[in-house]
Amino acid sequence: MTKCLWCSGEVNFDISWTTILNPPSDALLCKLCKNQLVYIEGNVCLTCNRPSTLDVCYDCEQWQRFYDGNDPLLRNISVYQYNVFLQEVIAKWKYRGDYILGNLFRKAIQERYLQQMKSILPKDAVILPIPLSTVRMQERAFNQAEQLAYFIPGKKILSMERKHGEKQSKKSRLSRMYAKNPFNLEKKVHNAVVLVDDIYTTGSTLRQAAKLLQDAGSPAVYALTLARG
Amino acid sequence: MQPGILSKKLLLLFRKGYLQIKKSLGGNNHLLNPPQSSSITISTTLSPHLDNIARRLEGKLLLRDEIPLSDSHFQQLITNHYITSVPAVQKHFLRFSCTRCQNKDRHLFALMPCGRCNQTHVYCRHCIEMGRCMSCEQLYYWTGPKYEWEKHDSPCTWLGKLNNAQELGAERIKDAILTRKKLITWAVTGAGKTEMLFPGISLALQEGMRVCIASPRADVIRELLPRFQTAFRDVSIQALYSGSRDNDGTAQLILSTTHQLYRYRHAFDVLVIDEVDAFPYHKEKSLQLAADRAQKDRSALISLTATPRSHQLKQINSKQAELVFVPIRFHGHPLIMPKWVMVPKLQKALLQSILPKQMDSWLKCRQDKTRQLLIFVPTIHLAKQLEHAVCQLLIKHQTIKTPNQITNVHAEDTDREEKIASFRQKKFKALITTTILERGVTFPSVDVLVLDAGHQVFDDAALIQITGRAGRSPKDPNGEVVFFHDGLTDSIVKANQSIEAMNKRRHKLLKQGGKL
Repeated sequence: MTKCLWCSGEVNFDISWTTILNPPSDALLCKLCKNQLVYIEGNVCLTCNRPSTLDVCYDCEQWQRFYDGNDPLLRNISVYQYNVFLQEVIAKWKYRGDYILGNLFRKAIQERYLQQMKSILPKDAVILPIPLSTVRMQERAFNQAEQLAYFIPGKKILSMERKHGEKQSKKSRLSRMYAKNPFNLEKKVHNAVVLVDDIYTTGSTLRQAAKLLQDAGSPAVYALTLARG
Repeated sequence: MQPGILSKKLLLLFRKGYLQIKKSLGGNNHLLNPPQSSSITISTTLSPHLDNIARRLEGKLLLRDEIPLSDSHFQQLITNHYITSVPAVQKHFLRFSCTRCQNKDRHLFALMPCGRCNQTHVYCRHCIEMGRCMSCEQLYYWTGPKYEWEKHDSPCTWLGKLNNAQELGAERIKDAILTRKKLITWAVTGAGKTEMLFPGISLALQEGMRVCIASPRADVIRELLPRFQTAFRDVSIQALYSGSRDNDGTAQLILSTTHQLYRYRHAFDVLVIDEVDAFPYHKEKSLQLAADRAQKDRSALISLTATPRSHQLKQINSKQAELVFVPIRFHGHPLIMPKWVMVPKLQKALLQSILPKQMDSWLKCRQDKTRQLLIFVPTIHLAKQLEHAVCQLLIKHQTIKTPNQITNVHAEDTDREEKIASFRQKKFKALITTTILERGVTFPSVDVLVLDAGHQVFDDAALIQITGRAGRSPKDPNGEVVFFHDGLTDSIVKANQSIEAMNKRRHKLLKQGGKL
């Protein structure tokens, strides 16, 4: 019997000829835990994917003004709502370093990419996971965004670098907006880019990376994130 | 002479001879002449701090990032064999084991590509909350000069007095500490187990021993800390639990959850395990192994319990451990016998937030309406759900006046410490709780209700402990305990029998000994 990756309870699935002959390989969570992961559905902001009745939410308007009507991030698509459960899972995965928990999101992020993202992307789009600084990499030994990026099909580029700084989650919204760009890109980029990250909170990290890509010649920058905070 | 002993002696002789030959050949063996012979000597910037480092690292098993030393200093200590390393995850034939938590369960190991060495490694998921143990990492322990712990002249600043039954228990505990034996102290709830420890611990501190009081429950540790701080004012004391602030483990007297013992190795001369039968310690093999490893080779192990489990009784029967029995509460009054109230279809009714009518009538004719009310429910869900219904019932009976005099508490509750503290200060009149408050907490004057006492989470030990919450204060040694159930279970009956047996023993003892 497989065990739930989160609570170590048993994972039960309906027994039928199909499941006996071909047991579902993606059943990593038990039903109770699975139900606590909530997809983003319904009316959302068309830019940042936050549940909203407006087409462009207040935050995104503010970003437009911040960049004088030229927001480098065209669109963000997220998979799950960032609820307490997901917060705990991500904390254990990312900060405690429980690498295997990343596999929980493989199927969902793949599906979301193929259903909602593929159609709006130009054909030559490449995938770029948000990098970790070398210090952080030494600490954690893996990059969660990179792990997510390898779940989706397409060409990956890993040419971006990041300077070491304080964790984003410890800063306020304003200080995030006006923070110095921590990223660094050496090559020119001529393709459209899909940035991949774990959480979209204020969108400042993604926009800093997007701005850099825009300046380096990328015609369009999108983002695919696991959770919309 | 047994063959085993003979071969051991031979081995020892062989080893001795080998070392002597090596010495005569001029080999640099660190066991015989440590610092001078090494290629790098300890630098002058490091040597004055050696004592502090020894205090900090001795008896522990730590990952590199848990050791606050610069790389150069760390390297010096390693080359001088002051610090020894073991791989954090060990590979055996067909399986792995984690060196820290001794987990061998296959599904609690996982693979990850390591960004530091670009290889795929195994890591342990069982103890990952304490920092990840990966197969490319090492755990380190101190093998340098031993730290001499302080010998206190008269460490105990506790002013209270033990009664005769406690005195007897304390004497046996002292004896076990001196002769380094295993002792199980079986004392009824409210016998004053903690106070019984004081003379023994005091003795241990006089001898310069290192003492740890461990418990499976963080709540218990939080409650014990202030009591120990007043009892041993001049001794360094630290409490270790997940989320504790002062947690570098440099104190001589350590209070710790059993989980934190994963970080210790051959550390303590005296290990006291309070509530040894509590969840998760009694079921989790790895915690028991951790407790074993945390003790020095010759050490005393004192287990405290009010409800020993069968394997502990087996240990006593097979003479692996000694037993001391304290059947009297510290104030001398008998344990309170729980009342049983049958309520048909109780489980269903509770799910629909309907409280039993019998509860209503009990509230009407309570003995003492000034007592606080502790209501146990089997699940977290019920604890949250029933708050409203209970609140209305209590307002109807004028037990409480406003809805903010009642609250619920459970393991997932983030403000549980505050809530328990304010219940103790009588800011709340009633508290709905899951089994987390079944043991280790003392409220002076409470009545206890158990809703759905037939539920499987309430085993006999839990019910005995819950009953033991009532009548703990000498000012109010009575209290009421009512079990609402929809069908008697073995656990309820067993709990009742056991409480009765304890009271009988008390009676017998009082007859023999005369007075307390």
